[in-house]
Amino acid sequence: MSDLDAFRAEVRGWLEANCPAEMREPIREEGDVCWGGRNWVFKNDAQKAWLEACVSKGYTVPDWPKAYGGAGLTPEQTKVFKQEMKRIHARSPLDSFGIWMLGPALLQFGTEEQKVEYLNPIARGEIRWCQGYSEPGSGSDLVSLQTFGEDKGDHWVVNGSKIWTSYADQADWIFCLVRTDKTNKYQGITFMLFDMASKGVTTKPILLISGNSPFCETFFDDVEVPKTQFIGEINRGWDVAKYLLGHEREMISGGGAGGDMVSIGSAFAKAFGKNAAGELDDPILRAEMAAFDVDVFAYRAMGERFMDMWKTGRAHPASSNMMKYVGTELNKRRHELVMSGGGSEALEWDSEETKGGARARGWLRTKANSIEGGTSEVMLNVIAKRILDLPGA
Amino acid sequence: MPLYHNDDQAMLKDSVAPFVAEQAPVSHLRKLRDSADATGFSRDLWAQFTEMGLPGMLVPEAHGGLGMGHMEAGIVLEEIGRNLTPSPFLSTSVGAVAALAKAGGTQAGRWLPAIASGEAIIALAIDEGAKHRPDRIATTATRAGNGFRLDGKKSFVLHGHIADMSIVAAKTDGGITLFAVPKDAKGVTADPRRLVDSSLASHVTLDGVEVDADAVIGEVDAGGEILDALLAATRTGAAAEMVGVGQGAMDMTVTYLKERKQFGKLIGEFQGLQHRAAHLYGEMEVARATVMKAQQLLDEGNEGAKLMVSVAKAKAGRAANLAVREGVQMHGGIGMTDEYDIGLYMKRDRALAEYMGDVHYHIDQVARMNGY
Repeated sequence: MSDLDAFRAEVRGWLEANCPAEMREPIREEGDVCWGGRNWVFKNDAQKAWLEACVSKGYTVPDWPKAYGGAGLTPEQTKVFKQEMKRIHARSPLDSFGIWMLGPALLQFGTEEQKVEYLNPIARGEIRWCQGYSEPGSGSDLVSLQTFGEDKGDHWVVNGSKIWTSYADQADWIFCLVRTDKTNKYQGITFMLFDMASKGVTTKPILLISGNSPFCETFFDDVEVPKTQFIGEINRGWDVAKYLLGHEREMISGGGAGGDMVSIGSAFAKAFGKNAAGELDDPILRAEMAAFDVDVFAYRAMGERFMDMWKTGRAHPASSNMMKYVGTELNKRRHELVMSGGGSEALEWDSEETKGGARARGWLRTKANSIEGGTSEVMLNVIAKRILDLPGA
Repeated sequence: MPLYHNDDQAMLKDSVAPFVAEQAPVSHLRKLRDSADATGFSRDLWAQFTEMGLPGMLVPEAHGGLGMGHMEAGIVLEEIGRNLTPSPFLSTSVGAVAALAKAGGTQAGRWLPAIASGEAIIALAIDEGAKHRPDRIATTATRAGNGFRLDGKKSFVLHGHIADMSIVAAKTDGGITLFAVPKDAKGVTADPRRLVDSSLASHVTLDGVEVDADAVIGEVDAGGEILDALLAATRTGAAAEMVGVGQGAMDMTVTYLKERKQFGKLIGEFQGLQHRAAHLYGEMEVARATVMKAQQLLDEGNEGAKLMVSVAKAKAGRAANLAVREGVQMHGGIGMTDEYDIGLYMKRDRALAEYMGDVHYHIDQVARMNGY
């Protein structure tokens, strides 16, 4: 037995013993996702037990070093771990922007002290982070951001506002892009970290077309931030932000931005019924779903090739933009078909049978896929400029 | 297995790409077309292919070939596509080899070495109407004397008028049977038609064609699986060739966007064209990955290959079609001229898209394979 096979057997045994049955059920509602943090209320004992079991092994962040709360797994072991999790349909023990976004930035740009101080509470689910990037006047043109940190010697005084801050009202800390030099557009931004309980921080949830409020407006009114709480160099926060945006697109690309990768047509045939020939009983919808399935299976192959190339340094550095563009557009198309397939039932907004209008709300949510993290149009601009090398782009 | 070319495959590409580009660029196609070539390809070029061992790439080593896989054949086909090279490679070295190697027996022993040595050109006589419907084969093979008597009509038989042997799919009492019908068989008439892309495809009439019992490829009534192998290989190969056609058209178009000026600007500066070119790039990348996945699964003998082959033929069909349509449109007026190459790409894409099942056929197959 190879080392990797032995590791697989070990993980399989551990999961069998430690992953509660309830944590192998599909995610049904918001509370099923464990975000952690100071104010987290576990939905049930199983969610708590599952998180604690994973924390004890470093499995909330399996590929982070042990010193920072991870399990120190190699990329091959991490792949095996994920395969075994998927095999039993285990839920993620902990989701967080700390794991997805801040962690990778700290691992790349943080000092040793910062890594120890910030990564461990993220891995344990003790501190929940939010991301302060966009501003009301700075969406796609992020670098024009205006939130300003005035230098007061040992601290900054931050004033301004952020928008689209995911779960800012429930987050403990924020990682935030703040202008610290008004004379230099790109080299005048600092990547700051501060406590959302600081004096002068307020949040206001934004009601979206889905009827949900996952995002907030966040206001800073003379917020004092110690001048030790930044990543990288002062005025070079844009480098960190760019790295993270690339990482975010890579994550979206690798994580299946196309949404669920199973055949939409076969799922609907079950609900919709088939004709005597065994075909989904609506020829035009069948054709559209089959055409969509082709694109989904094709995108799955693209995802595999992209990750194989990315991990070995063969991919064009801008190719994650292409993945993000194709994947998010595909996911939007999926949800249009889900709505068509669901008919008038899918229109119901709050009935119990539709789990509170899950399809309608989910469909509306996906419209943001091609806006957040860089719009489709920005992705196309980047491809035109950096990959196709078109003039003036 | 990672989904990119390994070192050996990259080396193969490095030798095949310049070879095809130098020996058979688009001007080679024009020369054959303008001289009203009656063969459909250049035998001199095929001899050069043979010197490089290409006709026998997929032929098992025991039969004198290189024993390579679909991933390697795809590398050659992509270059054939990129240069619009007329060649019997797809039908002979991919489709026929897949069927013969799967079947084994007398016909494999007879033809595989001849393919590997470049001596035999093989045609695939599958289709019977304007659309690809291999599940509705009407050509019959009835027992007669020591062998069989074949009757029926075949269409879209590339190289059918010059092939040394045609693989004919026919209905027998208990299923489908494939036959190796030699060139000089009595009762076979091949009527070659010039297609939009200047290739020659025949309408083949089988009128009481008598063949010996050993003309059967594989076993009587058991041709279904062999036909499946032939179709999977040929469809994947056609998809790889379409990736080449699409990539060639896209590269030519992106270059043109950087050269052509209107309103005092390079037209590639206009965002209206930039976004369309960038979108096309994404579609072509996805098509390429999909075709590689199909090749990989076929080479592994994976049972998921059949689904991925249809996905690949459909996706490559869509992407290459977008590439040639955008190619002609973005070239503007010059794209409509015969003198400029982009229109030839559009013609070749149309013929390949139709070959062995078009986009719609394969989308339907994907639905069926997923149980709806």
